[in-house]
Amino acid sequence: MNFDFTDDQQAIKRTARDLLAQRFKPEAVRELSEARRYDDAHFAELADLGWTGIFIDEEHGGQGLGTVELAILMEELGYSLAPVPFLSNAAAGLALQHAGSDEQRSRWLPGIASGEARGAAGLARDGEGSLVADADSAAVIVLFEDGAGAVYEAFDCEIEPVEAIDATRRYARVRPSGEGEALASDPAPALDRIATAVAAELTGICQRTMEMSVEYARERKQFDRPIGAYQAVSHRCADMLREVESTRSTTLWAAWAAEAEPETLPLAAAMAKASASDAGWNVTSSALQVHGGIGFTWEHDLHFFLKRAKVDGALFGSAREHRERVAELSGLGAAVPAGG
Amino acid sequence: MDLTLSPNEQAFRDELRGWLADNHPGEEPTGDEAGFAFRVEWQKRLHEAGYAGVSWPEQFGGRGATLIEQAIYGEEMARAKAPSSANVLGLVMGGPVVIAHGSEEQKQRYLEPILSAEEIWCQGFSEPDSGSDLASLKTRAVKSNGGWNVTGQKVWTTLAHVSKWCMLVARTDQDAPKHKGLTYFLLDMEQDAVQVRPLHQITGEAEFNELFLEEAYIPDENVLGGVGNGWAVAITTLMHERAGLGAAAAASVKIALGQLIELANERGVAGDPIVRQQIASLLIEVEALRLNAWRGLTAIMKTGVPGPEGSLPKLQWSAVNQGLTELAVAIQGEDGLAKDSEWTYRFLRARANSIEGGTTEILKNIISERVLGLPKLR
Repeated sequence: MNFDFTDDQQAIKRTARDLLAQRFKPEAVRELSEARRYDDAHFAELADLGWTGIFIDEEHGGQGLGTVELAILMEELGYSLAPVPFLSNAAAGLALQHAGSDEQRSRWLPGIASGEARGAAGLARDGEGSLVADADSAAVIVLFEDGAGAVYEAFDCEIEPVEAIDATRRYARVRPSGEGEALASDPAPALDRIATAVAAELTGICQRTMEMSVEYARERKQFDRPIGAYQAVSHRCADMLREVESTRSTTLWAAWAAEAEPETLPLAAAMAKASASDAGWNVTSSALQVHGGIGFTWEHDLHFFLKRAKVDGALFGSAREHRERVAELSGLGAAVPAGG
Repeated sequence: MDLTLSPNEQAFRDELRGWLADNHPGEEPTGDEAGFAFRVEWQKRLHEAGYAGVSWPEQFGGRGATLIEQAIYGEEMARAKAPSSANVLGLVMGGPVVIAHGSEEQKQRYLEPILSAEEIWCQGFSEPDSGSDLASLKTRAVKSNGGWNVTGQKVWTTLAHVSKWCMLVARTDQDAPKHKGLTYFLLDMEQDAVQVRPLHQITGEAEFNELFLEEAYIPDENVLGGVGNGWAVAITTLMHERAGLGAAAAASVKIALGQLIELANERGVAGDPIVRQQIASLLIEVEALRLNAWRGLTAIMKTGVPGPEGSLPKLQWSAVNQGLTELAVAIQGEDGLAKDSEWTYRFLRARANSIEGGTTEILKNIISERVLGLPKLR
């Protein structure tokens, strides 16, 4: 029993933390977000480092590592709030890697791994994806609906940009005009990994906003004392720690299970995403409360984190939906269908 | 990262599991006296097999188990629904504190009878006016021919009515700052100056006692860790109370959640979307508790220091146990309030969970000050 990262995994984490801190200083995140754009050089650098293909098979140009390594990167990308089309590309990569046919894999994975022909993925309803990150710059789009997945060439889709509350990423509505090509196998193992990756990003956002809150509570004085000396504030911060660490633990468990204990992955991933979606909102909104009025201003950086966390909470299943999956897997009798 | 048991850990678990299958003594009899006698016999059997002081070093009659093995032990005992040991405070706190702070003579004198349940231990820390603010305690010890005369009142002393020894913290220096004037004693309970009265709790039973001391005598050789050093020694005791309990707590709460799911199925509410969401939330919280506990142990084994997650399990356990018993009672509607129901008892007993062993509020103070580095209130 060992929860520790290997030396290699620790090195990935350190490198990611250092590099992202340099590239995505708060001013840079703000500038890109306010313009709702990316800097292509950023993504190219991450691709050169091999991050984009970290979990993709070596034969398709990836590094052949696993979901734990991807989760490590995702947590750091969340921590830095990097405006890069990374999650979307990784989600499409996970879909193809774990549910695609050999032909689909060889066709799309090399471009996703190198970042030269990026992917995007999202949930669809009645054939249409309403909030698909980075669909407007993708070459290939995967849509999931009712336990099945389909792959579309981006030029076979009508793509309409959507200005979501989260300005750190670009989003679009996707309406495929053709049939697309079904994913070869059950997309559940891919969806579980994608949910885990989003949960890892949320862990990083929560960690960062908790740190911002603690720092602010130490410095900000009212009634001649740092506000962090008041239990109404300090206990709020202690609750943030409980949510951050619980989300990190369940997310690491899911990431580990993906390769080491696949039979546990469905439950672990549902728990991780339910926990992360709730924590994402609870921690960032609590952070805003600790910051008081300044936290409500556009000038403060907190709102960029809060909005990304809110969108991540909904992407690939809300807390409520993932809790329902947990209930299904728990031995509770069947849910009563509406009107039944 | 490897969240499976290593071959050694697995061997430890399999051996214990096999032993439990062969030696489980069955249901505990009802009645306080019969129940206690049953737990004494059970502890003797555990001791003969080397399973009484698993965390204690081998040289003192223990098993020298690693933290992970201790957690496995806790999980397996919960899983098998094994009775608790009679001398639970002696095993979890008394022995470890004597091993950490006792003289050679004290180790020789006290350790073996703790393991064999020949001598039962209780803990005299809390007082009516000193709960969370333990260091403000007023029980005073006055120097007197070759020892100390102790006068005061203690409360919440589990097992006091059957104990031979009490881990007692008393004030030996009235003039020193409050944390500095305390001394840790081992008080012989078998004297007239010690009076024990049962304390009836909201469940109707008397699991705890009040302790009245009127010039109780303690010889000098029963001071543990030096005069005036009582706070530091007491803190060691409390840390032993918390370390490694998370995994065991998660295992027993998981069993209770399984029973809650059965109850929901039986009562026909398993399809209720609100009940489903509530049960799922509890399941997730228990899993987070379990994982935080294991992560905390990994951090201690690797670095010697607990990580931030290690401060969470007690807090999470009390919330989950309260939440699940509340839901169990709610699911049963009016039937859930019958006084002789098992769930009703657990529901009432759980109210103490966020108070005993450190209130949730004190634990949050510890997290904000020591883990997050926020300024102290005082």
